[in-house]
This record gives sequence, C-alpha cells and structure tokens, in this order.
Amino acid sequence: MPPTLLAAELRLPANWLDYCLLAIYFLFVLGVGFLARKSVKTSLDFFLSGRSLPAWVTGLAFISANLGATEVLGMAANSAQYGVYTVHWYWIGAIPAMVFLGLVMMPFYYGSKVRSVPEFLLLRFDKSAHLLSSVLFAFAAILIAGVNLYSLAIVVEALLGWPEWVAIVVAGFFVLAYITIGGLSSAIYNEVLQFFVILAALIPITVLGLKRVGGWDGLTDSLTAQKGGDFVTAWGGTGIGSDNPLGANWLTIVLGLGFVLSFGYWTTNFAEVQRALSAKNLSAAQRTPLIAAFPKIFIVFLVMIPGLVAAVLVPKIGQASSGLEYNDAIPYLMGQLLPNGVLGIAITGLVAAFMAGMAANVSSFNTVFTTDIWAKYVKRGQEDAYYLRFGRLITVLGVLASMGTAFLASTFSNIMSYLQTLFSFFNVPMFVVFIIGMFWKRASMVSGFWGLLAGTVSAMVNYFVIYKQGVIDIPSDQGANFVSAIVGFVAGAVVMVAVSLFTKPKPIEELQGLVYGTKSPGMSEPPAEGDDAWYRKPALLGWSAIILAAACYIPFSF
Amino acid sequence: MSEFSEKDVQRSVTELETKSASAARLFDVRRIIGLLFVVYGVIVTLCGIAPSDGSLDKSENVNINLWTGLAMLALGLFFLIWLKLRPTAPPPPPTGMEEQNPLGH
Repeated sequence: MPPTLLAAELRLPANWLDYCLLAIYFLFVLGVGFLARKSVKTSLDFFLSGRSLPAWVTGLAFISANLGATEVLGMAANSAQYGVYTVHWYWIGAIPAMVFLGLVMMPFYYGSKVRSVPEFLLLRFDKSAHLLSSVLFAFAAILIAGVNLYSLAIVVEALLGWPEWVAIVVAGFFVLAYITIGGLSSAIYNEVLQFFVILAALIPITVLGLKRVGGWDGLTDSLTAQKGGDFVTAWGGTGIGSDNPLGANWLTIVLGLGFVLSFGYWTTNFAEVQRALSAKNLSAAQRTPLIAAFPKIFIVFLVMIPGLVAAVLVPKIGQASSGLEYNDAIPYLMGQLLPNGVLGIAITGLVAAFMAGMAANVSSFNTVFTTDIWAKYVKRGQEDAYYLRFGRLITVLGVLASMGTAFLASTFSNIMSYLQTLFSFFNVPMFVVFIIGMFWKRASMVSGFWGLLAGTVSAMVNYFVIYKQGVIDIPSDQGANFVSAIVGFVAGAVVMVAVSLFTKPKPIEELQGLVYGTKSPGMSEPPAEGDDAWYRKPALLGWSAIILAAACYIPFSF
Repeated sequence: MSEFSEKDVQRSVTELETKSASAARLFDVRRIIGLLFVVYGVIVTLCGIAPSDGSLDKSENVNINLWTGLAMLALGLFFLIWLKLRPTAPPPPPTGMEEQNPLGH
C-alpha cells in the first residue's frame, strides 16, 4: 500500500454542518448547567452533588475525568512513537489501581464522610500534612486546567484556524458558566455526555483507519516491516538490560508504572476520587471505579490503533521532515478519513474532551480551596450559605487563573512542561502516605507530612538532578519517570516509618474508620435495596476487571 | 492539633446531607443523553442518506455518516426507552431525615 501524500497543513475541511453539531453540543452543555442549578441548595450539593448520584453516572464521569484530550492525543502519540507498549498504561497502569480503590480504599474514603482527599489526611494525620497536600493540589489543578486549555487552543488553531485566544476565552467561558451555575452535578453530567461523544468520535476514526491500512493484519505487517517485531508486542524487548524505545524494562513497568505511578494517580488524585465521593451510598461509591474499569480496558484500542495507523501512513511522523508531531496522529486521521458530518462529531468530541479535562480540575480545585483551605484556615465556622457563595466565587477565580495560565503557557511553554513534571511527582508520596496511614496504626501524626515531603523531594531530585544531569543513564523521559516514581515511593516510605518510630502515634479512638481493621458507622451501612444483586457485588466486578485485563495481554504477549 | 476530628466532619456532612436538594431536585441525565444523541443521530444519518462520491472516497467507501448516525440514534433511543421503563425513583420524603440516616448518630 503506497503511503498517503503528506499534508503539512492539518486544517480540516469543516463546513457549516460540522459547526452546527459543535454549536448544539455547547447548547446542551449550558443547558445541563442551568437545569442542575435548582438542585444546588447547600455546599454539599455544589461540591459533592449531595452524595446522591447513581453508580453508573459516577462511574462514567470517573472515566471521563481521565479521558481528557491530553490523554486521548497523548496516548495516540505514545502509540505512534512506542507502539503496543501503550497497553501498559491501561491494563497494568490503571485497572489494578482502580480495583484497589474500589475494593480496599473506598470504605475508608466514603465511610469517613470526608469531602476531599486532603481532608482524609487531616483526620488521619495532622494539619501540616493537610495544608501541604491541599495547597499543592490546588496549584496543580489550576496548572493542569490551564495546560488543557492551552492544548485545546493549539489544536483548534491548527484544525479550524481560530486564533489561540478565541479558543481559550470561549472554552474557558463555557466551563466557568456550567460549573459556577450547576456545581459538581453539572460537571459530572457533562462528563457523562462527553464520554459518549468522544466514543462517537473515536470509533469511526479507528474503524476507517484500520480499513485504510488493510485491517489489523495489514497494520501489524507494515509496522513489523517498518519498526521491527517488538513494536507490536506488549513485552517484547523489555527484558532487564535489553534495549527498547520506551527505555523501561518489565520491572520498572510493573513497579514504576503499574504500582507506584498508577496507584498514586487513581487512588489519591482528588479530581478522580471526587467522582466516587459523590455517589449515593457506599456500594455505589465502591462500584464507581469498578464500573469505570471495564470501558478503560477497551478504550486503549480506540487511542492506540489511530496512533499505530498514523505511524504506518506517515512513517516519518514525529520527525521534522514530515511536518507532523506524534500528537497530531488523531487530528491527521480526522482530516484524512472523515467526511463532513462525522467530522463535526469528531471535532465536538475533541473539544468536549478538552473541556472535560479542564472541568474535572476546576471542580476539584474549588472543593479543596473552599472546604480544605478557606473553611479550615481562613474563615472558620461560617454558615453553609457563605461557603456555597464562596465556592462559586472561587470557581470563577479558578477558571480565570487557569485562563491566565494558558496564556502564560503560550509564551513560556518550556516552563509549563517543567512545572507539570514537577507536580506529577506529588501523587507518588501521596500514595505512600495513604497506604501506610491506612494499614499501619502506628504511623504517627507528624509522619504524614515528612513522608509527603521526603517522597516529593527525592522523586524530583532523581528526575531533575540525577537523570537530567546524566548521573545515571536512562534512555527516555518515560523510563526516567518510572524510576523516579519508585525512588519517591521508597524514600517516602522509609522516612514515614523512621519518623513514626520516634514520635507519638495518634490515639486509637481517633483512628476509627480511618485505618484498616477499625470501623466507623458509615462503613457498616448495609447495601441499599437492589444493591445486593450478584452483578452489583464490588468484589465480583473488581476481580472480573482484573481477569479481563490480564486476558487482554495474552494476544499481545507472544 | 486535634481541633478537627472525625466527629466534626461526620456531623457536618451528615447534617448537610439532610438539607441537600440534589437527590430530590436533580434531573435525570438519561433524558439529556437521549435527546442529544437522537438529535445527532438524525442529523448525521441524513448526511449519510445521499453521500457524495468525494465523501465516500475519503472514508474508504464506507458510508460512515449513515452507520455512525444510525448508531448514535440507537444509543439515544436506548437512553430514552430506559428512562421510560425505569423512571427516576421518587425523591425520599423530606421529613424522613431520621429514617434516611439511621446510622448518623
């Protein structure tokens, strides 16, 4: 099959019809915000949907909050660059962590009735751990929201020719409007909508892309001829000491990506956990990440196949001579394959994914800033209506700040990617502190803070000093990421244990429902009517997801 | 240091849960998904009824508008029918806050 002629220009031939489909979506987004408005009476409604949503809704929102456009484009790019290794980010890098969150951690989170992840640290440890994690989370959320907005602006500029500032202002305005008006319910409902729209965008691209390169067999044959056999396997070339483009071996993949990085992201990132905390009861909260796990297992095909197809159609993708970056894989295929109509759906899906990625961060930012920072350290003991008003105000300020971040990113994009890497190391020690705090009663009050600090600092030192200055040789940034995560985890754990041995533990009566082996009233909640059906049993759902993900590896392992 | 204890959080969240309006007043998202996808399905299916040769060439001779349109229409109808068959559960009676939270104290 002859390679397609390269179009250096990514501009899509969008017509009035495609813009109509996009406009309809924006109308629905705002409509959801206005309709959700009358359900917002208390701050709990605004920040956690009054803990009232059904599991399938929170489950789809859980997956959507992660399925932002930076994820969709980034994982397609990853596949065009590294090949089938991308499946690790899903099957080992997400599913076990999601199941662990649902089966093991959720009873503590939901049962203790905390409103945020940092609030759990406040109960389990002390104020310093709480303040450190709240402030860092708030900064990171605004930064990531801004980066999302900036990436949206670049993509929209390339695809539709809008100036960057127009995209930043328009998307920022819609997110601001629907979250300020409708709160988390509006964010979650829009995430559920977005989930289906992004599927409607990705499925046609995947199907037509496969057809263009001669089906799965044609795809793997071309890639094997072009890049070697390891490119289309999950584990080929990952033996310790052998060389592969990912720069990681099976051990760093399993420990760094599969254990430390993914458990840190999925179990302690409040933008994710918040979706589960808004579920209507403990059973629904447990099922939130478990329901999300099933689509997650299969979504990898919808991002990986377009990336692989792009690598076949544009063999030099990622090199300057092709005029296409790895990140352009999906936009490039949209222009090549989709006629007007479906093209409009795909554009809408992409824009929706950017907005959802931003909205998840804004809606978790306003919660942490209001309940964890403002209500605990600045203005305590106000009436609930005050915090509801403040939550709306801080949503507006948060969106404006992330719009500012997006404009900054367009000028200083290097600094932004540096900062993003910096904050990415924060989830790792969070996970250490949670896991030790939840399973070891003796972990003392102050150990949380020191574990967080030590883990963050050592992961950063490993990445920015030891790796970047070339003290140790790791072939790629991804590989270095995995190793830094492991270093951060070990350092955090060692410091926590050491500090605990020399400081006083938290009194056992204050640990009820926070540590494994204790109970709180919220945890003994019996399943609601209908939740005791066999297909709603968390253990069954969780183990099925694990087995399914393991089975998915089989065809890619030999 | 222990000015905040688990009991404070439990108490304030439990109290807010009884005042919360989400369960009673939040609309059902199935209606919105159903509506959006029926609208999308109809528009995109119409595009696919008389495809131009140019658009067919582009999409590997698959009438992708027709198939995607029909699939979206089916998804939209699925949500509307699901809503019809199992309507939103009626909100719990507002006076029943003690019953709703038998474990809250």
